[in-house]
Amino acid sequence: MVRDITLGQYMPGKSIVHRMDARSKILMLLAMIGFIFAADNYMALLLITLSSLLVVLLTRISFMMYLKSMKVILFLVLFTGILNIFYGSGQVYWEWQFIKITEGGVNNAVFVTIRIAAMVLVSSVLTFTTSPNDLTDGIEKLLSPLKLFHVKVHEIAMMMTIALRFIPVLLEEADKIMNAQKARGADMESGGALKRVRAMVPVLIPLFVSAFRRANDLAMAMECRCYNGGKGRTRMKIMKFGGVDLAALIYLIVVFAGVILCNIVFPATVR
Amino acid sequence: MSVITAENVTFTYGKGTSFERTALSGVSFSVEEGEFLGVIGHTGSGKSTLVQMFNGLLRPTSGRILLNGKDIWEQPKKIREVRFKVGMVFQYPEHQLFEETVYKDISFGPKNKGMSEEETDKKVREAAGFVGLSEELLKKSPFELSGGEKRRAAIAGVIAMDPDVLILDEPTAGLDPLGRDALLSEIVTYHKVRKNTVLLVSHSMEDIARISDRILVMNNGRKAMLDTSENIFSQGAELEKMGLRVPQITKVMMLLKQRGISVNTGVLTVEQAFQEILSCLGCCGETKKW
Repeated sequence: MVRDITLGQYMPGKSIVHRMDARSKILMLLAMIGFIFAADNYMALLLITLSSLLVVLLTRISFMMYLKSMKVILFLVLFTGILNIFYGSGQVYWEWQFIKITEGGVNNAVFVTIRIAAMVLVSSVLTFTTSPNDLTDGIEKLLSPLKLFHVKVHEIAMMMTIALRFIPVLLEEADKIMNAQKARGADMESGGALKRVRAMVPVLIPLFVSAFRRANDLAMAMECRCYNGGKGRTRMKIMKFGGVDLAALIYLIVVFAGVILCNIVFPATVR
Repeated sequence: MSVITAENVTFTYGKGTSFERTALSGVSFSVEEGEFLGVIGHTGSGKSTLVQMFNGLLRPTSGRILLNGKDIWEQPKKIREVRFKVGMVFQYPEHQLFEETVYKDISFGPKNKGMSEEETDKKVREAAGFVGLSEELLKKSPFELSGGEKRRAAIAGVIAMDPDVLILDEPTAGLDPLGRDALLSEIVTYHKVRKNTVLLVSHSMEDIARISDRILVMNNGRKAMLDTSENIFSQGAELEKMGLRVPQITKVMMLLKQRGISVNTGVLTVEQAFQEILSCLGCCGETKKW
């Protein structure tokens, strides 16, 4: 059910990836994604994929969890992959009327599939190994230069933290209410689309009521502790760029240098 | 005849994932028709999981649940019919209210069951009567009621389906002592009038001791004991090992016995204890000078 979705779920642990600074993890993830798309021949793609897999291994999280997070986007990956087979030019492998499979098309398909898969994989590394609080703290720090342009960075980060924090709570609540209504004979598994939507009303109304109740309680609790925005606030956990982050940076520089080298040495397979 | 029978029921949450946890292992027992069964256990002992098996909200990983001698999962598509026969009131049931008026909310269950307008009306008023909701309250929005009234409205919503078995999971949680006593006595009255089977889950010994015919004690996902209240509470030491508190008055009697006074420790109310101590004084009063 809803709980089986692992995309963007934090898995506590003590691996070296878990211990990294959230800011450097975010930046390195972005750089990694950039290089996944920069790799334009099979050697470079192999190199960046293998180095992503090494990072995955270092998180010490069961590979099954990563596969589960891929399951959500499996359709998207397959769809774009298959669509790409029929585009492109070059040597023709197979032809039927106006449909033809070419060398370029197959290459495109392989690249698109691996690129999306690798991108999801490294993104999962970030969300699996970083607690939502650290993640939003990191984003807040990274966005803080925007304060110069009067963007309310702290408020945005606080909203994100609260939203992330309450996703599992609301999911659990939805589960409970669904069970309670099922116990009163609510039928949510059969009937047409319209009937099913109508059957959700007894679940959604109590869910909204409880969300507002929680929001009220939370606002009250925050006011009681004199919360008044980010000005002058200090942090309990101070983020530090440590030895692990330095090691990760060196690792990435080596990998990226390798990718650039491959791109120069080997001819580009896709444009 | 037994209404519900659990045959070697085992249940595992999140099978095949890293969150795998066995909530129930090899539980077997049966509930007799018309009895008031208390289910008690420490937090995480599996009592809530167990009762959710009885109306088919959870399916046993292995083992069977029999309702009137028939396996409820024999035809998975007909599981809804089981839910009308076994009414289930969850913890904090007031969180399920959703309709515009209390009346409409209580009639949600009966309507799903397919009752006619007249029959629904009769059942709704009957159920409201059992839980002490007045006529005016039925016309109000459920969100205008007080906490205790909301709880009653939600319980009425399950009673109105006219189930053969009524299961209540911690119905008194979060109520003040007066509200708790009132609600419990309403449940007892309902049980006496309807003469159907009631299962009451709680971790409060005091509540369960007074009103149950038999008590099922759960510990670590297993059936620890199943016996009459008196027999259960005479095993105070065992209960304490499972992290359960015996009623205060039973505790007093246990301490008396420890000091060498031969009282029966299976008493549940102050009145019983009074009689027990009197009779004990009567017998030893002559040999020992008190």
